Amino acid sequence: MTSIGTGYDLSNSVFSPDGRNFQVEYAVKAVENGGTAIGIRCKDGVVLALEKLITSKLLKHGANKRIATVDRNMGVVSSGLLPDGRHFVSRARDEAAEWRRFYKAPIPTSALANRMGSYVQVYTLYSSVRPFGVTSIVGGWDPESELPVDGQVGSGPSVGAGGKTEGAQHGGPFLYMIEPSGLYWGYYGAATGKGRQSAKSELEKLDLAAGNLTLEEGVKEAARIIYVAHEDSKDKDFELEMTWVSSLDGPTKGRHEEVPKELREEAERLAKKALEGDDDETDDKMEE
Amino acid sequence: MNHLPQAWGRPRDDVYGAYDSSHLQTSGPNQHTQSPVVTGTSVVAVKFKDGVVIAADNLASYGSLARFTDVKRLRRFNSQVVVGFGGDVSDMQYLDRLLNSLDIRENYSSASDSPLHAKNLHTYLSKVMYKRRSDFNPLWNHLLVAGLDGEQKPFLASADLLGTTFASSTLATGFGAHLAQPILRRTVPDEDSVQKVTKEQAVELVKECMKVLFYRDARSMDKYSIAVVTKEGVDLKEDEKLEKQSWAFAEGIRGYGTQIN
Repeated sequence: MTSIGTGYDLSNSVFSPDGRNFQVEYAVKAVENGGTAIGIRCKDGVVLALEKLITSKLLKHGANKRIATVDRNMGVVSSGLLPDGRHFVSRARDEAAEWRRFYKAPIPTSALANRMGSYVQVYTLYSSVRPFGVTSIVGGWDPESELPVDGQVGSGPSVGAGGKTEGAQHGGPFLYMIEPSGLYWGYYGAATGKGRQSAKSELEKLDLAAGNLTLEEGVKEAARIIYVAHEDSKDKDFELEMTWVSSLDGPTKGRHEEVPKELREEAERLAKKALEGDDDETDDKMEE
Repeated sequence: MNHLPQAWGRPRDDVYGAYDSSHLQTSGPNQHTQSPVVTGTSVVAVKFKDGVVIAADNLASYGSLARFTDVKRLRRFNSQVVVGFGGDVSDMQYLDRLLNSLDIRENYSSASDSPLHAKNLHTYLSKVMYKRRSDFNPLWNHLLVAGLDGEQKPFLASADLLGTTFASSTLATGFGAHLAQPILRRTVPDEDSVQKVTKEQAVELVKECMKVLFYRDARSMDKYSIAVVTKEGVDLKEDEKLEKQSWAFAEGIRGYGTQIN
């Protein structure tokens, strides 16, 4: 960044002559120091996982959860400045509640990502605010069946005006990532934070676009990827936090929940084994 | 011809005379609900040794017209609470949405934390009802909250449009308070007798009450919902039909219809 110190990085909402907003780029730097967060869109659900770095031995193990629930069917995990992440979640919950109040139905994941993208983008426009120091991953399951309107008590007339397309596909798993600039894309697999590079290359190996990975496999892969991504900062302790959301017929019944303890521990065991396996291989080669 | 936008859609002044704008005035006292409009009738519930049975028919009446015949008046809150609604159906829908948003907010924190139980929910609802009556804008409902309390013991209590609360081993709202409550009390006269009642007996008892209510309450229907709340969760059936009706007693009733004396 040769342009640093030229004065164009002192205020938000000011472009440098070569068309960059340095405050946003500095916000991205803040994200790059956070613990790795990933999301995997599987064929029957979404997994969110987080490498929660332990900042003090005095913190209670397993407390202070960082992956948050928005509405019932969506989760948000973010990497970067924690208070910014908390505010992001708070806004997302308000957006979801307001959507329900207005439409009497849950907010689609795409709509939430859109609204949060717009919200984050606004923080790049004014000199009185600073951009969000987080990149957030939003994962959700939009219901595939027709839901009753909130407060609906009956089914209404069995005949009458229709207007619905027969056999149209609705809902499914969705995954979005929103960056400090307000940029957001939908992903098959998303990674952010310190270990994003190795996490991304691991995600690419999974061929998620083919849509063959099941949710349970996704949980195990997510745990493994977080462990792989942690390799570079091995000196620090971390906790693995994982949540998932499946269809109504799936294990979470359409809700965003923590991955059950047994499954998470099994996934961690396999992740550690996979890492040791890698080490063994290299050891063997060295011996040869 | 008056072509100005404010006259669009209005009768022509030259034909009908100037519009009496006093009809449009918005001043005057605020008026809140003075009476319910679309209503549900009784809700009946009884505790038994392991839980609570609650039932309500599927009818929403518009005055004396049986207007909506598939209205579900029992709402499951979570795996240990069901709320039964008597009274205004639109106010019930408002409360349902309120409970929905409450449940969503509860789930922001991890689901492994203790969920709201029936006693919590009854306290909350009774305060909502009392607040609204104190604003002179009551929610025109009589609620029964059935489920398990914090010690996993059966819990049954009511809250009405005035914010009045009442707890008992048997409860019924509306017409049911007169017709079903005495029948329920024959089997469950006091709190101690709850321990002697099995789930099957309680379900049978509530079904009997629904039948009597259909015989004698003109705003009732033979299709109903029934829920059993136990530690195992909520077993909610929303499309039950009254069985083994016997209208023989009707022959002996005098004073209406085409009878001669």
